[in-house]
Amino acid sequence: MEIPYNVEERQDTGMYNAKLGIWLFLASEVMLFGGLFSAYVFLRMGDITGTFASGSQELNVPLATFNTLVLITSSVTMIMSWVSLKLGDMKKFKMHLGSTLLLAGVFLVVKYFEYSAKFHHGIYPDTSTFFSIYFTLTGLHMIHILGGMVVIFYFLVPGSKMMKTEPERFTNRIETVGLYWHFVDLVWIFLFPVLYLL
Amino acid sequence: MSGHTDTYHEEPFWRKYIFSIDHKVIGIQYGITALVFLLFGFTLMMLMRWQLAYPEQPMPWFGWLFGEEGVMLPEVYNSLGAMHGTIMIFLGVVPLAVGAFGNYFVPLQIGAPDMAFPKLNMSSYWCYLAGGIVMMVGFFVPGGAANSGWTSYPPLSDIATTGQTVWLFGMVLLITSSLLGSVNTITTIVQLRAKGLTWMRLPFFVWTQFITGFLLLLAFPPLEAAGVLQLMDRLAGTSFFLPSGLVVSGELLDVSGGGSPLLWQHLFWFLAHPEVYVLILPAMGIVGEILANNTRKPLWGYKSIVYASSFLGFMSFVVWAHHMFMTGMGSTISAFFQTTTMIISIPSVVILTAMFISLWGGSIRYNTAMLFALGFLPMFGIGGLTGLPLGIAASDIHLHDTYYVIGHFHYVVAPGTIFALFAGIYYWFPKMTGKVLNERLGKIHFWTSMIFINGIFMPMFIQGLAGVSRRLWDGGISYAHATDTFYLNEMMSTSAWLLGLAQIPFIINLIMSLKSGEKANDNHWEATTLEWTDAPSPPLPHRNFEIIPEVHRGPYEYSVPGSDKGFIPQSEA
Ligand code: HEM
Ligand SMILES: [Cu+2]
Repeated sequence: MEIPYNVEERQDTGMYNAKLGIWLFLASEVMLFGGLFSAYVFLRMGDITGTFASGSQELNVPLATFNTLVLITSSVTMIMSWVSLKLGDMKKFKMHLGSTLLLAGVFLVVKYFEYSAKFHHGIYPDTSTFFSIYFTLTGLHMIHILGGMVVIFYFLVPGSKMMKTEPERFTNRIETVGLYWHFVDLVWIFLFPVLYLL
Repeated sequence: MSGHTDTYHEEPFWRKYIFSIDHKVIGIQYGITALVFLLFGFTLMMLMRWQLAYPEQPMPWFGWLFGEEGVMLPEVYNSLGAMHGTIMIFLGVVPLAVGAFGNYFVPLQIGAPDMAFPKLNMSSYWCYLAGGIVMMVGFFVPGGAANSGWTSYPPLSDIATTGQTVWLFGMVLLITSSLLGSVNTITTIVQLRAKGLTWMRLPFFVWTQFITGFLLLLAFPPLEAAGVLQLMDRLAGTSFFLPSGLVVSGELLDVSGGGSPLLWQHLFWFLAHPEVYVLILPAMGIVGEILANNTRKPLWGYKSIVYASSFLGFMSFVVWAHHMFMTGMGSTISAFFQTTTMIISIPSVVILTAMFISLWGGSIRYNTAMLFALGFLPMFGIGGLTGLPLGIAASDIHLHDTYYVIGHFHYVVAPGTIFALFAGIYYWFPKMTGKVLNERLGKIHFWTSMIFINGIFMPMFIQGLAGVSRRLWDGGISYAHATDTFYLNEMMSTSAWLLGLAQIPFIINLIMSLKSGEKANDNHWEATTLEWTDAPSPPLPHRNFEIIPEVHRGPYEYSVPGSDKGFIPQSEA
């Protein structure tokens, strides 16, 4: 039994199923991070001792700027991998998707150094409310990166077989993964100024 | 799609019944699991009612559960209370309304072969079951299950025993499950409607599931966020919800401080108010189907109730702080939320009124499904009306955290939603199993349930108005001003136990009818919607319809003048 509009678009909605599905999922993700950002605002408003202002000064802005660039680049390579697929160029697709995976890895390594520098200075989640929210938000974001990496790896190696049997469906899948990846990127673009610069 | 005739091959047992990806099997899995949890949550409440009726007297039969003396300790009472609420809402009613009915009947009513994402559907059931099992594990950890109420307010919940951590992990799984489920439901309704099934031809039940999907999708994540923050508080030593200088049992807590207990309340109620509409909307949908079918008339004001439900769904996101009037958040904020709360009661009244008017002039068939649906109307009415004084900040000062609140929401959820779910079971059982439930047992079930359920909840208004607080282990004995109302406790508890007995005919009915019930034909109730007119009972495994139907008209064309059968199926050209 085939589910209709699994691959092809439905005319009156202009979408295939997974595309709507991923948008809905992202809407819920917006609410998840939205809830946490609201928590940030709420706590900062009640922060009479100024731990937010002083805490953010202890973060490493150059490293985070570098990481921002890394993620933005990874979003670009993500798009390029999808475009290559559309053009049927499997080799370029693998190269671009591989770069995305690699850049995601770079992001995590940088984050690892940032975290361990903090621990080294005796800064933990329970140091102050600022660091509580810092570790929670960035930690949750890293989990999203990791999840994305697993999926990307899957489509890079074992999953790419599908290109031979169902090329259109595979291209759709890369498009939805891309949407997710841009979202994760976008979250970071919010996190960066909110945590490091304000 | 039409004319699809791929051959159906027999699947192995585990694929067919356990790790099935057929929405009908998953729906039934949801249904059975949720009914078991409902019964369990109900049992916890029956135990609590002993303590309230006969404070500190040893419990007969079940006393051994509580140690040598057979007396329920306050901690145990608190655990039972918290778990009763959690189980009934998150493991019982929502999975039954959305997971079971939604899963089973949305694809059928829209003429789809399955949900849009069958594998996701399966995962959402297994996440739900895992969440339920984790919740149960709580009973066996030191200190017992979570005991800070189903609302889990900090600071109490932050410093509570391990059961609370287990509760949080359980919630994260349940939230994941409902997230997967809601993505699936919405996509299915948008994408898989049969040809000709435009939005204004959707059965009202599908509409309610659609709106519910959005509530689950958008309201649950903030609770997930709150859950993560509370886990951090409990496991990583953060103080999101703990203010500086908190003193517990005479000792200053050693925490970093700087957090706010109110933050939890905001995040929690941002979910939990929409959640109450998650509880009520599918119920309204089921009742709508059954009313139209058994009055043999179109649902009165179909368009108005569709618009009203959509508006209700939207508004439910901006009323949450009416649960927080007493927190000192300020009168400006209270005024705002009081206003939105008054506004949101309008669409509820529109829907209820339309349903009452639908009865007017109908030649009503009083079968069990219809009785439960009819019972829903006044019971939901009482629940909704008693909500108004709670929504006004001034009167809520007196009523907040009393038994009045308990009465209010139980009227909407128990004789309201749960009756609607019963109605749905009696109505759709023939479709799901090919057998009809016994009417005589059904009527016994309805009338006894109706009487006893009011015996429990009606006196709660009296006690609440007299000032008896909720969540008190001794039932409020220490409240001198309310002693006049304590005599009601015994009668309420007795009603609760009798209500338990009243479910026996139902359980017998399910089993007996399944084994040796009267055979149902494909359109047992002479209905107009696709699941009855175009699919066999039970519908075909995996593809539902022999031929995917096309839709030519609205959902409730009953008693159409000149039609030979007295009704015209949606799929009739
Ligand atoms: C129709 C209009 C309604 C209004 C104006 C209303 C208003 C309120 C208000 C203001 C409260 C807070 C009372 C307090 O804590 O002092 C409340 C509590 C509650 N309501 Fe409603 N409500 C309505 C309908 C519903 C519906 C349809 C449901 C569920 C299906 C529901 C379920 C609940 C629950 C579960 C609580 C208690 C939560 C708790 O504190 O444990 N209500 N309602
Ligand atoms: Cu509310």
